[in-house]
Amino acid sequence: MRLFLHELRNQQRLFWRNRESAVFVFIFPPMLYLLLGAVYTGTFDGFRLADVLLVGLIGYGCANTAFAGLAITLVIRRESGVLKRIRATPLPTVTYLSAVLGSTLFVFVLQMLVTITLGLTLYGAKGPENRLGMIPVMLLGVACFAGLGFGATAMIRSSEGASAVVNLIVLPMAFLSGSFGPTRRYPQVLQWIADVLPLTYLIDLMNDVYLRGESFSGHPKEIAIITAWGLVGLAIAWRRFGWEPRER
Amino acid sequence: MTALEVRGLRKSYGAIEAVAGINFTIEEGEVFGLLGPNGAGKTTTVEILEGYRKRDGGDVTVLGVDPEHGGRALRERIGVVLQASDLPAALTVLEVHRMFAGYYAHPRDIDEVISLVGLEEKSGARVKTLSGGQKRRLDLGVALVGDPELLFLDEPTTGFDPTARRTAWELVRSLRALGKTVLLTTHYLDEAQQLADRVAVIRDGRIVKQGSPAELIGVAPKVEIRYREDGRDIVIETEEPTRMLAELTGTAAAAGRELEALEVVRPSLEDVYLDLIDNGDADDNGST
Repeated sequence: MRLFLHELRNQQRLFWRNRESAVFVFIFPPMLYLLLGAVYTGTFDGFRLADVLLVGLIGYGCANTAFAGLAITLVIRRESGVLKRIRATPLPTVTYLSAVLGSTLFVFVLQMLVTITLGLTLYGAKGPENRLGMIPVMLLGVACFAGLGFGATAMIRSSEGASAVVNLIVLPMAFLSGSFGPTRRYPQVLQWIADVLPLTYLIDLMNDVYLRGESFSGHPKEIAIITAWGLVGLAIAWRRFGWEPRER
Repeated sequence: MTALEVRGLRKSYGAIEAVAGINFTIEEGEVFGLLGPNGAGKTTTVEILEGYRKRDGGDVTVLGVDPEHGGRALRERIGVVLQASDLPAALTVLEVHRMFAGYYAHPRDIDEVISLVGLEEKSGARVKTLSGGQKRRLDLGVALVGDPELLFLDEPTTGFDPTARRTAWELVRSLRALGKTVLLTTHYLDEAQQLADRVAVIRDGRIVKQGSPAELIGVAPKVEIRYREDGRDIVIETEEPTRMLAELTGTAAAAGRELEALEVVRPSLEDVYLDLIDNGDADDNGST
């Protein structure tokens, strides 16, 4: 536990000290909410668009933080030899990875609170209808996208390509899954693609829990699909994840 | 006490045999140099000993345990300077030391380590602002922070300018003063000679010679006597230069001839080393 807390502090220091990635990972989703919230008004499905966008951008924030941010950070650490160097110390792998996950979760929760605060103060959006229910939703979302993030880390070969690759995945996914507004008028093909994406189900789940106040456990289908995606990521990581630079 | 023992170590990457059955032993408190050109198998050997790679064959013990199964307990007792690895660029020198110190059960005093590697004045500086030599000293500081018994230094001065190398050498000497056992790899002969108590010369995955630096020089090849006669360059290799020279000069003087451009060439250390590297027979008897 002492080691975990020590490493959690290290991870937090490393995250905030690295300005560029902190801005990209932490500021980008709330900033998009600020912009989109200023442009789109009206209602959708009986909810104000400010509320729908709030949930959508929390979902995007989850994918951006736990998938994109995590993968980019880990690839850079691997390619620069930092991961290899840490492997030579007594710090157990499990403790290291738990601290990385804990730090990611912390950043996401903080980001979500900032986004919600923006919604409440600027756009008259509402807070979560089922507050306690949001806790398992957040944990599930971070776990799923972190699993995919570990998988992506294993697939990406170079630091230079990391940011491009993950954004090529995250931005279209967020668009298709409804992070930037309702998708009901999208062409059928795009909706079919959206129907397999994990973020679609995370946002559906949040719509139900955050906006409608439904229970977390009442949505086994969404939970199962999100979990399955996380496991796919972990399976790839299990087979291909490496601690040593690929290009050195 | 034996700190490290390698017997018949083998490792292949595909069809390439990187380490082809090597033997050596390092005693506690000794500085041992693994000397050889790039691609000789030095890093593969060291990374097997550090626990990064699995060996294909042979027996290896590091501080009494097999590094493949040494786990955390072994990692508490070793320090590692990798050939190419960065430390978190955004942290300060002090923060990096503190980060790594936290991984060990009984770390050394951080300020003491920082001053030992001569980075006191850079303590508050970000890693990314350090020079190459300073980064290497930081690597060494981080390797020392867990107070290891045994240190692996993989080419600690490659790419250094001469001044930075001297400084690094002083550092390695200070490790000996601390009673640490050190395994050092290098492709600089003078470095091995300056720092190591014993040296193993490795080539194509085999140890071609091993002994103290003095013993290595002792195996010098033949001395060359060169002169010019009738416009031709004559080179005589001999193990008895004195007798050979007396004969040559005696004959020439008696005949009233001058031996043009006469010189006696003793091989330099570099020649000894290159001789071993170029055509040394694998003489891997593992004598210690």
